[in-house]
Amino acid sequence: MIKRAIAFTTLLMLILAFGFTQEKSPNLIAIKGANIIPVKGEDISEGIILIKDGLIEGLGKNIDIPPEARIIEAKGLFAYPGLIDGLCFLGLSEISSLRSTIDYREIGRNNSQLKAVEALRPESVHIPITRANGITAVLVAPTGSLIAGQSGLIRLVGWTPEEMIIKSPVAMHIAFPSIPRRRRGRETAPPEESSKRIEELKKILNEARYYGKRKEAARKNLLLAYPDFDESLEFLLPVVKGELPVIISVHADKDIKAAIKFVQEEKLKAIFFGVEQAWRVAEDIKKAGIPVIFSSLYGMPPKWEDGYDGLYRNPSVLHKAGVKFAFSSSSSSLAKDLPYHAAKAAAFGLDRKEALKGVTIYPAEIFGVDHLMGSLEKGKVANIVLADGDILELRTNIERVFIDGKEVDLSNKYTELLKKFKKRN
Amino acid sequence: MKKKITTLILGLSFLFIPGFASGQDLLIKNGTILTVTKGTIPQGDILIIKGVIKQIGENIEAPKGVKIIDATGKYVIPGIIDSHTHIAITASNESSEAITPEVRIRDVLNAEAPAIYTALTGGVTMVHTMHGSGNPIGGQNIVLKMKWGHPSEEMIVHEAYRTLKFALGENVKQSNFFTTTSRYPQSRMGVNAIIRREFLKAKNYMEKRDRYLKAKKSKKSSKNLIPPRKDLRMEALADVLRGKMVARCHTYRADETLEFINLSKELGFKIACFEHASEAFKITKELVSEGIGISVFLDNWAYKIEAYEGIAYSAAYCTKKGVLVSINSDSSERIRRLFNDAAKAMKYGGLSEEEALKLITINPAIQLGVEKIAGSLEVGKHGDIAIFNEHPMSAYTRCDMTIIEGEIYFDRAQYLKEREEMEKKKKAEKDKKKKGGER
Repeated sequence: MIKRAIAFTTLLMLILAFGFTQEKSPNLIAIKGANIIPVKGEDISEGIILIKDGLIEGLGKNIDIPPEARIIEAKGLFAYPGLIDGLCFLGLSEISSLRSTIDYREIGRNNSQLKAVEALRPESVHIPITRANGITAVLVAPTGSLIAGQSGLIRLVGWTPEEMIIKSPVAMHIAFPSIPRRRRGRETAPPEESSKRIEELKKILNEARYYGKRKEAARKNLLLAYPDFDESLEFLLPVVKGELPVIISVHADKDIKAAIKFVQEEKLKAIFFGVEQAWRVAEDIKKAGIPVIFSSLYGMPPKWEDGYDGLYRNPSVLHKAGVKFAFSSSSSSLAKDLPYHAAKAAAFGLDRKEALKGVTIYPAEIFGVDHLMGSLEKGKVANIVLADGDILELRTNIERVFIDGKEVDLSNKYTELLKKFKKRN
Repeated sequence: MKKKITTLILGLSFLFIPGFASGQDLLIKNGTILTVTKGTIPQGDILIIKGVIKQIGENIEAPKGVKIIDATGKYVIPGIIDSHTHIAITASNESSEAITPEVRIRDVLNAEAPAIYTALTGGVTMVHTMHGSGNPIGGQNIVLKMKWGHPSEEMIVHEAYRTLKFALGENVKQSNFFTTTSRYPQSRMGVNAIIRREFLKAKNYMEKRDRYLKAKKSKKSSKNLIPPRKDLRMEALADVLRGKMVARCHTYRADETLEFINLSKELGFKIACFEHASEAFKITKELVSEGIGISVFLDNWAYKIEAYEGIAYSAAYCTKKGVLVSINSDSSERIRRLFNDAAKAMKYGGLSEEEALKLITINPAIQLGVEKIAGSLEVGKHGDIAIFNEHPMSAYTRCDMTIIEGEIYFDRAQYLKEREEMEKKKKAEKDKKKKGGER
């Protein structure tokens, strides 16, 4: 009897689930009545966004809605482009103190062969929680070694890593020394000098160039010896050719200056990450034309002399200097907090619209996907978030999220556990 | 000379009168006052005399010589209280043994810890600085006001409960250590058993002492009666059993939390509050019926297995069920954005602005036993105040001023002015050096 009941319920649920997804994925959707914040272009009050085959077909006040379109009433809500996290560890880190659940770092100095997306766990509980806060695409990156490996841009929906990948590789990740901090009154061990790292990096890049040249030459001339496969150099070829950008984790002002010199000498396409003391050298960064990704603003400035608001005012100073920037959560379990880093910068001088750009169009531009996402524009992928207020506000609720024009489920471990225990109390 | 002596006496009296407000006069004008317990005044004034709130209302005239702060367009709230930190100390865990209730946080205070200033920049005026979570029975905690620049003795809040730290689960089992350890306990069975053992020892100690006192009084008392040896470890636990000290217990899992409640009933001691209590939303029934509050992270979670079910909805959900909830930082960084964490309780669980604000003001004040002097803006309470440029529950807000007992300890405008002057000075020196070099 019970078995039969279970079978019946399962069947019913399957039918419902099937019907549900069926109903939710027509290829023509009209979001109606929302205040549209397209990020690029003027805001539109009570407008319409038409989605066709996963793309934005049109948006504005006077858009004809085809009769076959599924209509989503969004009066009173605000429509934003899906947010983009400039760097995080979603799907690569589940429980930070459990090594068995950490997959974003490797041993060794040169790990250029590593691809973050290949360790991605689509089932991570942190992904649906992050998605439910309006974040639809994130850069997942390796970290830890001198050359940590390749990052990838993923969408926060999909059953397999392949279904989630938007672009991989996005960049090769390189680490400059961190800033020694005082901890419990003692200075942490001084890190290696950046000059030493630069020397080592230059050597590796030179080897890669030579390796590439030998391969090229051998390809043209059958009589030349073809070089043996070298894992440590093979994946650096697109880097030395200037095709694949490097994301350099760099923190102290003097190291940032050294990093600028390094990328110019090596003719690399570079993006800086971390940049806690960038406000001291904003002009230099601007002159070099290098965009930056801020690490989490939920940290203390590395030096007392930076002032208590060192990290908070950094974005505002860089923006005034004309540097392109993106925010990042630099997290996995708190990747959902991305919009609040942007708001914190706005609380300390950054224009609010610029703060929003720092989690939408700017990261899209930095990662070379601004033709696909980062704003609500005709022809772009329909990554749309419907919120009941300002998307950077802490109290704002995210009501509905669309990724590639499909509405995604916003339930997650938080909501499921709450639901379960509501039954008890 | 006479004046000098009076000042000296006065100065000394500050040291010896416990809880004496350091006492400044101040008038805050034209702010939006969020009193927390008595509603909101859209545009009002607060008069502080000798460190204590004398008057709250509209159009208050400044008595002669009283300093005035213009808070037009700003939000005035009670100083934020952090119910669980480990700041302003030079040590937090006595990890050589599992049971150390005799150690006291007040013996390791560090008035020069930068974290005190950090706290002020986030509107925090009072904290509960605790022993760490390394031991099933840790040490005696202390409540401090963030009086940056004052000696540590002046920071101590004598009105607060005396609290003793207990801890359960992974930390005391030392299960996240890089190497395996051999210290007992290594399991949750052992954790409960060792706490029970120590309380039974303390009861035995008290019994011996009582018997001695009785025997001393009795007519048969002999001259050779030997008093029992004084044991500071046992004295601390005896104070918990006597109700002179309350338990603050670090816990994550619902089951271990319930087991600790059982222990407290079995042995007869009072739990003031559970720390972290990641799974409190699973046992609101028990927490409400026992009247035990929780001091939690709003959403910091998943950093270990026992924190893997600590959902962001818990704070608001428990609040709505009637549990006394406060949001803590447990960090010298998060402490400066507790108001951000409180605002998240509006998103995750739908608290109102006022309810959310309570999580970092009056609720922790009640948990620490200082609700008569702090936690809300009311006449008679200490003039501990934070002023924000936007509503404190907005993500765009910034703390502009922090005041303790009428004295300004953090003033962003002043800070920026001083910084600018310093930078100018530095630049001038640099230029001078350059010029010198050219010659």
